This record gives sequence, structure tokens and C-alpha cells, in this order.
Amino acid sequence: MTSPLNPLTRFITDKANCWQLSEYLSHGGYDGLTRAMEMSADELLDSIKQSNLRGRGGAGFPTGLKWSFVPRGADAPREKYLIVNADEMEPGAFKDRWLLEQTPHQIIEGLLIGGLTLGATQGYIFLRGDYYLAEERLQQAIEECKQHQLLGRDILGRGIQGQAFNFEIHLHSSAGRYICGEETALINAMEGKRATPRAKPPFPQVVGLWGKPTIVNNVETFCNLPHIINFGSDWFKALGKGQDAGTKIFGVSGRVKRPGLWELPMGTSIREIIEHHAGGMCDGYRLKGFLPGGGSTDFLLEEHLDALMDYDEISKLGSRMGTGTIIILDDKYCPVSMVLNLVRFFAQESCGWCTPCRDGLPWAVSLLEKIERGEGEPKDIDQLEDLCDFAAPGNTFCALAPGAVEPLQSALKYFRQDFETHIKHQCCPYHDERVAKKAATAKTQGALNTNRVGGCDE
Amino acid sequence: MTQSYEQLLRILPSNGDDSSQLSPCEIKQLDKLLASAPYPAAVSIDALKLIQQQRGWVSDACLSILSAYIHVSIADLDSVATFYNLIFRQAVGEIVLHPCDGISCDLMGGVEVRAAISQKLHIEPGETTPDKRFTLIPLPCLGACDKAPVMIASKQVYPHLTVRNIAQLIDELEENKK
Ligand SMILES: Cc1cc2nc3c(=O)[nH]c(=O)nc-3n(C[C@H](O)[C@H](O)[C@H](O)COP(=O)(O)O)c2cc1C
Ligand code: SF4
Ligand code: FES
Repeated sequence: MTSPLNPLTRFITDKANCWQLSEYLSHGGYDGLTRAMEMSADELLDSIKQSNLRGRGGAGFPTGLKWSFVPRGADAPREKYLIVNADEMEPGAFKDRWLLEQTPHQIIEGLLIGGLTLGATQGYIFLRGDYYLAEERLQQAIEECKQHQLLGRDILGRGIQGQAFNFEIHLHSSAGRYICGEETALINAMEGKRATPRAKPPFPQVVGLWGKPTIVNNVETFCNLPHIINFGSDWFKALGKGQDAGTKIFGVSGRVKRPGLWELPMGTSIREIIEHHAGGMCDGYRLKGFLPGGGSTDFLLEEHLDALMDYDEISKLGSRMGTGTIIILDDKYCPVSMVLNLVRFFAQESCGWCTPCRDGLPWAVSLLEKIERGEGEPKDIDQLEDLCDFAAPGNTFCALAPGAVEPLQSALKYFRQDFETHIKHQCCPYHDERVAKKAATAKTQGALNTNRVGGCDE
Repeated sequence: MTQSYEQLLRILPSNGDDSSQLSPCEIKQLDKLLASAPYPAAVSIDALKLIQQQRGWVSDACLSILSAYIHVSIADLDSVATFYNLIFRQAVGEIVLHPCDGISCDLMGGVEVRAAISQKLHIEPGETTPDKRFTLIPLPCLGACDKAPVMIASKQVYPHLTVRNIAQLIDELEENKK
């Protein structure tokens, strides 16, 4: 097999059964596992470190480094757990569903390689409760593996250094709550508790599920492992166009001609993703701004289109690459209303532990509702800014609240005029035609359309 | 104090209401869960989902018999039951409609679609139709944002909803259920 340019999605074909074992094997599936079984645990960890793979769940933490904190060797606890975070619930993120439904075996292979690297024998897949098709296929894929000695006792019957390699995978389907995706909340959920995050330290790599060393990584992160082992870390690094290694599943949703998902080199420009792959804006709509990596990232503008989708590049612009799924704000949708939708979601999904989150987010919601209703006052904007400050990183036990205020704080910066128009005219200019006209002439922009129903091909 | 399962069966009215007892099938599945867990509380979520699968929702009576059976206090079990979006502590209709209220759907007309559902069924989010056929519970981002606006109902994802096609879709769902 020659080194592919789209390692993660080359298994996804037109065939209806492309997710099954036979198809996966015919495209070189489980080659990574075979190779991994010929390597020592140290060599495996080294390869993962060398590859510069960064976590694809949002934070971009280096995977090799994270794994190196897990106690290994003879004195280490015998029980360790590997968990695939498949709880995808970030607004605007839909990439993991694609991988889960179309390439369940790739995830299993990633887990097996994780088992070999860390000396773990138990893997869990923590799946979002309403991903029914994914659940069905993962379950079937696990069964297929058991039948073909790819899971269970003495995998492939070949052993490593004279010892059988045993590995089991358990599928846990969640009962739905965004906070379950936070890795320590996820561990609590798996223990059958309310999914409240845990105070850190201790970190789960040392004290995790049932108090044992535990690794939680995103679906896409695990999917990369077989290919790093199979084709080497140099190949993986060379895949990226910029600083970051590998490919990334990028997505676009909102008023573009072809919303969807694509596996592209890390460091592909935002412009290429939106204009080329997503086909550009729908006719009659203009780009007003976008969230580069899901609902908990800061807005960027048209002037940032030439930036590269690379963790550090996007950070430099004051936002985050997050999950790599871009959400488009068009010129006919009210930015206040968009932010309200997002903050309302985060307020609802707060676990209630920290004050800036439990009390601050609902307060922000009520202020945004007031502005959107046409009852806003100038001081509301200042108050919203204060609430953003309260929820800054370091003030809360997890990243939900800091993430929640990212779209809000950047909207206050970039779309301040929209907030002010709402307050000045005591109504939403995107809903009220009279004010829309006035505001439009004032801003010398095209007329605002108040009818926002229907897709672009209507 | 948690009462034993047997004690509880004696107290609860056994007026033919099947909710006051665990069925043999439920007991079998619960035993399987308990056998695979390091301690009973670990099965709480799975056990609640199991009960709900059979009965549609988790009533107070269900909660107490489950609590007694798996030896987790009612308070602890209820604190778990009320935390998660997909565990219902109120009766729901035969079909639960989960239109997405995430941002990508709203950008594509999701608000109008949800309003159309409410208008057709004369219920607001969280309510059930008087004939107990439909319950409306919007959920955040369903992970199908490229097909927005979307809805999940009866484990199916329905993409590209419009104010026009949603009414017909609801009729079809009702037909299929009959
Ligand atoms: C509120 C919240 C929700 C999260 N949801 C998810 C999720 O659904 N999937 C995911 O992979 N990571 C999620 N994360 C990030 C995880 O905490 C964790 O960083 C990630 O699973 C680590 O994997 P990675 O290094 O492979 O990205 C979430 C974080 C927070 C704070
Ligand atoms: S920031 Fe919010 S979700 Fe995170 S621990 Fe605090 S209250 Fe819970
Ligand atoms: S926002 Fe509706 S599916 Fe993502």
C-alpha cells in the first residue's frame, strides 16, 4: 500500500458495506496493528510522540506527551483504561459521527494500538446516546473482530514477546449531556454518576476510571494511530501543509452551497475550505463572519480567510481551531440571535458547579434576550463584557464556561454595531423591516432580507 | 434507608399495574449489567436506560423498585436520572420528536421548522399531545449540521427539513406507528 494522502477517509467508499471488516481489510485495514505487534511499547510511544499528533477533540494537546504521563512498566498498576471520546455534542461539530458510522474498525484498530503502547487490556467507547446508527455499526464491528481474533484473548494468535495480547472493548452509550464530553465528567458518567467534571490534579492519566490510569482521546485522534504506525511519523508530519502534522477532518455548515466534511491537510487555508470545498456562499448571501472550530470558538471575519487551519495560526488570530468544523454567519442572520442560541445552549448544559458558569451564563442569556426583544440598554453591553471576564479560563473547573463566552466576547468586538443598533432602535433590525431599511442605508450595505426561511436551492 | 426489593413489592399496590414490578426480562438484563460492573452504582445510567426502553419513561414507582434492586439510594439514582437529557422522568408520547435547536440548524431556518411543528401539533417544547402520540423535546446539535435543519424521531435522522415538508413528515410518522 502506497502512503495515502487521505489516510482516515480512504476507507469510505460508495459501497454500502464499506464500514465492514472485509472492506476495511481490503483497503489495508489492521496493517497498523500487525506492524504494532512487531514493535515494543517504547517504540510505539516514541512513534506517536515523533509524529506530533495533537488531540482532535478541540484542545489540540500533544497525544504522545499525554500518553507519556501514564505509568508504565512492571511497577505500574496492572489495570489501565483507554477511552474513545465519541460524545460529540459541540454545536456545529459533526465530524466524529462520520468516522463512527463509516469507519468503526479504524477506531477499534486505534484502540488496539493504544492497548499495545500502554499495556492496557480494556478499551471503552463512550458514545453519544442518540448516535443510533453508529452504535449499531460499532457493535457489529466489535462482534466481527471477536470472530476474527482481533479482539478478545490472544489477538491474532501471535503474541508479543512470548505473551498473548488480550484486549476487550466495551461500548457505553451515553444518556446525553454536553458536559459528558469533558474527559473527567465522562469518567464520572462511566462510573454511573452525574457527569460533573473532577478537580485536577490528579489527572486521569494517573487517577482516572475507577481510580486507575486512564487515557481519554477523541475519535479522530484514535483514528490517526494505525496510519502513524503503518506509514511512519515522518510521513505523517509531511502530510501537514504548515506547522501541524497530519490531515484533519474539516467541515462547514451554514449558508454555503455545499455544506459537508472533507479530509484535508492540516494547514489548509480557510478560504480553500469555504470557497472551494464548500462551494462558497449561497446565492444572495454574504459572509459576515464565522466560527472556525465549532460553537465554543471566537468569531473570525472575511479578512481572516487566508489564515491556515493550524492550531497555532488560528490562536494567533484570537480564536481556536477547536474541532475544525466551521460555522458560517451570513449577512441575513442576526449576530445577537446567533450568540444567544449558543450561550443559551451552554447555560443549559452547565453542570452547575462554578458560579461564573451556573449563574453567569443564564444572566448573559437574559441580557441577550432583552437586547434581541428590543428592550436593551447601553449598560447591558458592559455587563455582558463583565460576564465574559468572569468566565475566563482559570475561574472555573472546566473549559465549558470559558468556551461558552468565546463567541460572545468576539461578537461584542466584531459586531458591536449590531448590538448597538438593537439597543438604539429598540428592536432586532433583522426582524423589523422598517428599522432594517434605516440601518441598511446607514451602513450602506445591501438591503436586509427578513425572510430567512428555506435553503439556497429554493 | 433503602428497602429491599422484596419488602417494596409488598408495600407497593399490585393492582395489575405492571410498573410496580420488574419484568423477568428486565431482571435478566439488570443481572447481566450488575455482573459486569465493579460496583452496583456504576450501572445506574444503563439500568435507567433499560427501564426506559421497556416503559417509555422512568416513573417514581420504577425509580424506587430499581433503587431497591440495584442497591443505590433513591436520592442518588434520581440525581443521576434527572441529570441526563435522554432519561425522561415524565410520561412521554409514543413518538418523541427531537428537532435540533443547535446553531447550524437555526441558521438554516430551524426556528421556523420548530414553530411549524408546534403549530401542527398544538404543543410547545416539553409537551405531549392530548392523544399521547407525540412529545416535543428539542435537542442541541444532533451532529448532522451539513443537512440542517434536522430532527431525530424513532431513532431516525430526518434531514433538510422545511416548513413545508415537516407537516407531511409528521403525518407519515403517525401512519407508520398505526
Ligand atoms: C464541555 C466540554 C465538552 C467536551 N466535549 C468533547 C467531545 O464531545 N468530544 C471530545 O473528543 N472532546 C471533548 N472535550 C474535550 C475533552 O475534555 C478532552 O480534552 C478530549 O477528549 C481529549 O482528547 P484529544 O486530546 O484527543 O482531543 C470537551 C471538553 C469540554 C470542556
Ligand atoms: S465551568 Fe460550568 S460545566 Fe465546567 S465545571 Fe464549572 S459549572 Fe460545570
Ligand atoms: S446544529 Fe443541528 S445538527 Fe448540528
